Amino acid sequence: MIDFSYTIWILLIPLILFVVVGLFGNRFKPIVSGVVGTTGLFVIWILSLITAYKYFFLLEKAGDGAFQKLIAANYRWLNLTDKLHIDLGVLLDPISVMMLIVITTVSFMVHLYSIGYMHGEKGFERFFATLSLFSFSMLGLVVATNIFQMYIFWELVGVSSYLLIGFYYTRDTAVAASKKAFIVTRFADLGFLIGILMLSYATGTFDFITLTSANSPAFTSGQGIWFLGLSTMTWSMIFVFMGGAGKSAMFPLHIWLPDAMEGPTPVSALIHAATMVVAGVYLVARMFPVYIHEPVALDIVAWVGAFTSLFAAVIACTQFDIKRVLAYSTMSQIGYMMLALGVSGYGGHEGLGYMASMFHLFTHAFFKALLFLGAGAIIHAVHSNYMNEMGGLRKYLPITHITFLIACLAIAGIPPFAGFYSKDEILVAAFHHNKVLFAIEYIVAGLTAFYMFRLYYSVFWRKEVHYHHTPHEAPATMTIPLIFLAIGSAFTGFIPFSKLVTSDGFPLEIHTEWNVAIPAILVAVLGIIVATVLYLKENSIAKKIISGLGGFYTAAYHKFYIDEIYLFITKKIIFNLISRPIAWFDRHIVDGTMNGMAYITNEASGRIRKFQSGQLQEYALVFVSGAVLLVLLFIYLWTN
Amino acid sequence: MFEGVPLTWFLIVSTIMFFVGIYGFLVRKNLITILMSIELILNSVNINFVAFNKILYPDHLEGMFFTVFVIAVAAAEASVAIAIIINIYRRLVNIDVEKMNEMKY
Repeated sequence: MIDFSYTIWILLIPLILFVVVGLFGNRFKPIVSGVVGTTGLFVIWILSLITAYKYFFLLEKAGDGAFQKLIAANYRWLNLTDKLHIDLGVLLDPISVMMLIVITTVSFMVHLYSIGYMHGEKGFERFFATLSLFSFSMLGLVVATNIFQMYIFWELVGVSSYLLIGFYYTRDTAVAASKKAFIVTRFADLGFLIGILMLSYATGTFDFITLTSANSPAFTSGQGIWFLGLSTMTWSMIFVFMGGAGKSAMFPLHIWLPDAMEGPTPVSALIHAATMVVAGVYLVARMFPVYIHEPVALDIVAWVGAFTSLFAAVIACTQFDIKRVLAYSTMSQIGYMMLALGVSGYGGHEGLGYMASMFHLFTHAFFKALLFLGAGAIIHAVHSNYMNEMGGLRKYLPITHITFLIACLAIAGIPPFAGFYSKDEILVAAFHHNKVLFAIEYIVAGLTAFYMFRLYYSVFWRKEVHYHHTPHEAPATMTIPLIFLAIGSAFTGFIPFSKLVTSDGFPLEIHTEWNVAIPAILVAVLGIIVATVLYLKENSIAKKIISGLGGFYTAAYHKFYIDEIYLFITKKIIFNLISRPIAWFDRHIVDGTMNGMAYITNEASGRIRKFQSGQLQEYALVFVSGAVLLVLLFIYLWTN
Repeated sequence: MFEGVPLTWFLIVSTIMFFVGIYGFLVRKNLITILMSIELILNSVNINFVAFNKILYPDHLEGMFFTVFVIAVAAAEASVAIAIIINIYRRLVNIDVEKMNEMKY
């Protein structure tokens, strides 16, 4: 048996970094905070790699040949009663070990990149402290041994995301965006909490291993029809998914993610592309054995994922802010992962969707982080977010150009880059489950290739626009992460993922199904060709198509007015019809009662205050008269 | 010395003393006189204690002892009261109780 108890340090090091850098960072030069933070992340990156190696290759399998789930550390945090206790610990299983790799790799790269990107910014050490807090929370989330620990870290992740989106707190838009992100995800987390409470009430446990074991209490309890024809357990899973949908920016809780791009670009790369936004996918994957028994909840996961991926891909084609294009692209890709989970079964080849989802999560983390960091390098060079203020940058930013191209090819699903393999598995899983979802994903694959290459051509090709000063390539601290992630995007597809991460822990034999893969490649190439025709050179074809589409284009450009609908619901309906009457009731009825009582007391006291004259002998007279009266009363009572 | 004097007579004396004291306390304006009135009240009570003790329970001594206590407490009280009065006089150059009406509404 290999000892994994050191994995607790993977959690503790970022926490210590957060405290130390947060408290003492401003005593030293800013660069010290950056170097300390990056070194700490490097250490836990190495620790995570060692853990993964030991877990996947050295640890003996369980008796039946599956990867085992083991508790590396456990600490009973709140011991409420013997049955009800809340633990904090480290759970190692294939997906949590995989997430450790994803998070520490991307986080380390982003730390390194930020030293260059954030150079000279006010609040440099605050930035690194918050990044460490985020790394701590995210790592705590993925290694959670029970759903309550996951919820705690889930909220911590939300807080650090809030802090980082609002990093430029003097800018109104950033403050508004951070509040929006926090409130929308908080609203979704309310659903998550309700789901947790229902689940644990029905099953009597928080523990993941118990919940997902073969004879889980979740399969037997709470099965009766409860509400709207669904059982308690189904509802609890739907509510839990609501929390996941909020964090993962699934429709209709996606509105915070595009605005979250107000944060610094490395933050977008780390939190809003590679790690935090996949927490929802991870949550569903973690609870997957329970979801399998709740087909209604799983169908909701699949359809929400499919709809979001199409919806976001359409919007991404119309946006001009490069970070927003990438944000919608992230939503779309996460929709893919959700869909893959939704169409998956449990065990063997049925569980292909699960494995595909995790695989896509893994590869997506690399190429999406690379895209965001590349976008950061572009923004760093031209000081603009808008692609119509860019063009012809391939001469000035050669490294960024090449790495960005690799990421675009990877996300478009062109072999042999990573995205092809993972996306292919998802398409195969969808193909065997539901042809409608499969068709949607084909469309999305084409759209993905189209909008990525629209972005690529608009930034790096086309006519060169007039820049205020000549754009220059980013410093080495920024290009090294780009190169590293580009290597990852190119080659992670070759990892034999099906041998390592599967729904039931047993290795799985897969092979590329070319009857699905070749049309997918063709669709992606078609998307790239269309983008090439429209955007490689200045021409008017794109404008003609836009005017041809008319209202649909306008609607997509305005993100299908979802923000406006939310504002209408909250401002016009909730504020006017619910909040205003409640406020009126509070102000006039509740406060009025209290004010009335105070007024009566005040008036009565005003009338009788004259009794306190300050004349000692008046008081004595009253006292003596009272005493005499009492005596007379007693005598009267006694004699009768 | 007081053999054969009935209890009622003592009580009549003490009642007269008590109400004289109450009257003085309520109507005199001089703080010293008020203090003297309080002494009258206390001493009327003392007479009651001694008389009850002597006539009703001749073989007990509690009434006597209680009287001694009251005298001791009265002495202490008088010293405190006179100290207060002196301080008041220093502040207001007056010991008229009606002038001391600052502690009102």
